Amino acid sequence: MSKLNAQSPAGPLEQKWSNHKGHIRLVSPANKMRIDVIVVGTGLAGASAAASLAEMGYNVKAFAFQDSPRRAHSIAAQGGINAAKNYMNDGDSVYRLFYDTIKGGDYRSREANVYRLAEVSTSIIDQCVAQGVPFARDYGGLLDNRSFGGVQVSRTFYAKGQTGQQLLLGAYSAISRQIAKGKVTMHSRHEMVDLVVVDGKARGIIARNMVTGEVERHGAHAVVLCTGGYGNVFFLSTNAMGSNVTAAWKAHKRGAFMSNPCYTQIHPTCIPVSGHHQSKLTLMSESLRNDGRIWVPKKKEDAEAIRAGKLKPTQLKEEDRDYYLERRYPAFGNLVPRDIASRAAKERCDAGFGVNKTGEAVYLDFASAMERYGKTQANLKGLKNPSKEEILALGKIVVEKQYGNLFDMYKQITADNPYETPMMIYPAVHYTMGGLWVDYNLMTTVPGCFAAGEANFSDHGANRLGASALMQGLADGYFVLPYTIGEYLADDIRTPKIDTNHPAFETAEKEVKDRISFFLNNKGTKTVDHYHRLLGKLMWDYCGMARSKEGLDYAIAEIRKLRDDFYQNVRVPGKADRYNPELDKAGRVADFLELGELMCIDALNRNESCGGHFREEFQTAEGEALRDDENYAYVAAWEFQGDPGKAVLHKEELNYDFVKMQQRSYK
Amino acid sequence: MNLKLKIWRQEGQNDQGRMVDYQANNVSDDMSFLEMLDVLNEELIEKGDDPIAFDHDCREGICGMCSLFINGEAHGPVKGVTTCQLHMRSFKDGETIFIEPWRAKAFPVVKDLAVNRSAFDRIIQSGGYVSVNTSGNTLDANAIAIPKPNADKAFDAATCIGCGACVATCKNASATLFLSAKVSQLALLPQGQVERKERVTKMLHQMDEEGFGACTNTGACFVQCPKGISLENIARLNSEFRNALLS
Repeated sequence: MSKLNAQSPAGPLEQKWSNHKGHIRLVSPANKMRIDVIVVGTGLAGASAAASLAEMGYNVKAFAFQDSPRRAHSIAAQGGINAAKNYMNDGDSVYRLFYDTIKGGDYRSREANVYRLAEVSTSIIDQCVAQGVPFARDYGGLLDNRSFGGVQVSRTFYAKGQTGQQLLLGAYSAISRQIAKGKVTMHSRHEMVDLVVVDGKARGIIARNMVTGEVERHGAHAVVLCTGGYGNVFFLSTNAMGSNVTAAWKAHKRGAFMSNPCYTQIHPTCIPVSGHHQSKLTLMSESLRNDGRIWVPKKKEDAEAIRAGKLKPTQLKEEDRDYYLERRYPAFGNLVPRDIASRAAKERCDAGFGVNKTGEAVYLDFASAMERYGKTQANLKGLKNPSKEEILALGKIVVEKQYGNLFDMYKQITADNPYETPMMIYPAVHYTMGGLWVDYNLMTTVPGCFAAGEANFSDHGANRLGASALMQGLADGYFVLPYTIGEYLADDIRTPKIDTNHPAFETAEKEVKDRISFFLNNKGTKTVDHYHRLLGKLMWDYCGMARSKEGLDYAIAEIRKLRDDFYQNVRVPGKADRYNPELDKAGRVADFLELGELMCIDALNRNESCGGHFREEFQTAEGEALRDDENYAYVAAWEFQGDPGKAVLHKEELNYDFVKMQQRSYK
Repeated sequence: MNLKLKIWRQEGQNDQGRMVDYQANNVSDDMSFLEMLDVLNEELIEKGDDPIAFDHDCREGICGMCSLFINGEAHGPVKGVTTCQLHMRSFKDGETIFIEPWRAKAFPVVKDLAVNRSAFDRIIQSGGYVSVNTSGNTLDANAIAIPKPNADKAFDAATCIGCGACVATCKNASATLFLSAKVSQLALLPQGQVERKERVTKMLHQMDEEGFGACTNTGACFVQCPKGISLENIARLNSEFRNALLS
């Protein structure tokens, strides 16, 4: 019998959430005032949860490692947020968003959760507009939508290429209002370094004040982790430099199961790596695939000439270009889901058709879009027989309006002008679908410890669709967690303020201080980044876009060696009681070195290919992912047993009562 | 290329700071400015020296965490970009580069080049929001049409990243551009109307409380703003404040 009970409510799909919500136990306003909730992380999920919980009356303590809640990496999301509003009258519905998400996730997510996500998506847009979030509008003053990968409707709301920023600033304004009222106590530049479990329940955290170095105990009746994903285990990713797994990993080591850690999203459109000094990778929004066409040269000799700098892409004739996504997937074309677009790029580059110096890049070309838009503009302006240059100039203005900031960013980083020559892109680690296992109430396997947003595993299965991360973060934070947490806290109304003198706090604090002192006194010679870079390369080569048993076995052995080396030879400068970013980084990389092993173990266990997890041994004759529903239609939830290598697997079987599982096709 | 760096080092908020010389060798054109500092820091750590502290996070020019006064300019010589998006191809071999933190009374130094900008948070907390609680039944998002020009202007104002370049570059260390961006965004939207007068008054009061200077319309803030937040917002702020006073 599995230890995992997803608590998915019974009944018809469309009534599950309303029935469940209608029966969640309530905590009276007088009792809420006596209950403390810790929220770690203040991105979309964290800020929205903290603000909503405080509005309801709970005392919230919020934590962020940045200097302000406005800086969380949700801010960097570019393209948009999905919602089943059907404003475009193109046949969208809650069911269709639900279905697209289940299919996009390659049938590895939980039906009830995904339906709820689709259901509350419409309220998110209403809420954000009420907060003053300036979404893009059309000339009638109504909200505009665009299309994203993996779907055939336009349901993505956006604010130019800065949707994440605008949504985060909305949530930031909501949390700011509660900070002013004293209902949220904000701890900026604080990092959670352990979870404290008292008598089987999460009762607080240990946090390091990153400015003074003080190690602090914070008690609460419940702890909510909104700490994002772990993409930085790959060293190079589109994540912010500070994004890390530490909070989630510490919770894992205290009993929270880690689910599907191998499900990693490799985003197809990122700026390629330029050299060894590279510290992070920059995403070019998926929205660009609405108008950009992806191609490589048809002939190998052309690709070689381009790589050698002897040929320019603009010199290549139409018939010499291979628009491989349009060729392989005519129904969805350039808008296939991310996992498919990424693998297709890798396939072409591995076959020798890559286009930059390293051979690891493909083109994203806007010439046809500029021509198409230009023709429309010329017609609107009543121009007779406009020249090609005139058309392109008019088209350029339209493209600039839609994607101007992205084009500028590209130019700034690469020194190439994407209006004149196609962009070069390559896949990069972007998002992690895996995360802490949670039930329908978003509670982990540690009672009282919740996880929301990217930190949990629940809604995206093995692959997330574009513009769904913002949707999930805000759905969890505004509309799910603030209600479902009541079910747990209703039992806690008699629990007095949590005593941080309890031995569990003492032990956790001592462990943290010992760890800090170990790092600072270690007489090593190598920097933290040295190890992080090596780990990242192992992960990218063996647990990235394509995985094999042989490669994963090798990676596991190498990661274990690397971890030993790290503890023996790492050098961490500075003092414990000072601002010390290297010390913070050392703790994070130590956790990545454990997580990396578990990811490989999970990838090794899953003898199938699904979504972002592609095992070379399991593919169709056409090179598509080959799922094994009979044996692997489950959520893998790993229990920590003292060492990542000894993690014990628990399975949550996935039952599809409403959707028929089938092979995903975008052809 | 090889570069001479003169970098501000300061142990903590109450310690005396000073410029220290460093040498950066074999710098590639494709490196970002912060990657150049990363490489220098790795060398310092390997030598057993204290690495240089600086704020940064997204490295995509949007989180507002990175700062740096480079050769006397906020976010360096290239207009319209943050320091993390500044690349070394903007510098010449053999050049000397001065790197300093934001300098303003309201932004005390945390360490070296990192400063504390929580004063900005407190300005927003004083009124930079619409007082709406989370609920599943606010108005439908399309219930109120918003003229596109207003929506676009509100968006342009809302793109402020809160980095503080405006303050650092202003001879009065005024936060007026920052404040005006938020006041404008909400004043231009129907949702912001109810609290319009109260908001501008409270936020201006908070700016004074935090020790920022007053605005004398030099316009340096707008020139150095990596997001090009327009001076029109300051004009709108002034008009908003007058309206609030007169009613």
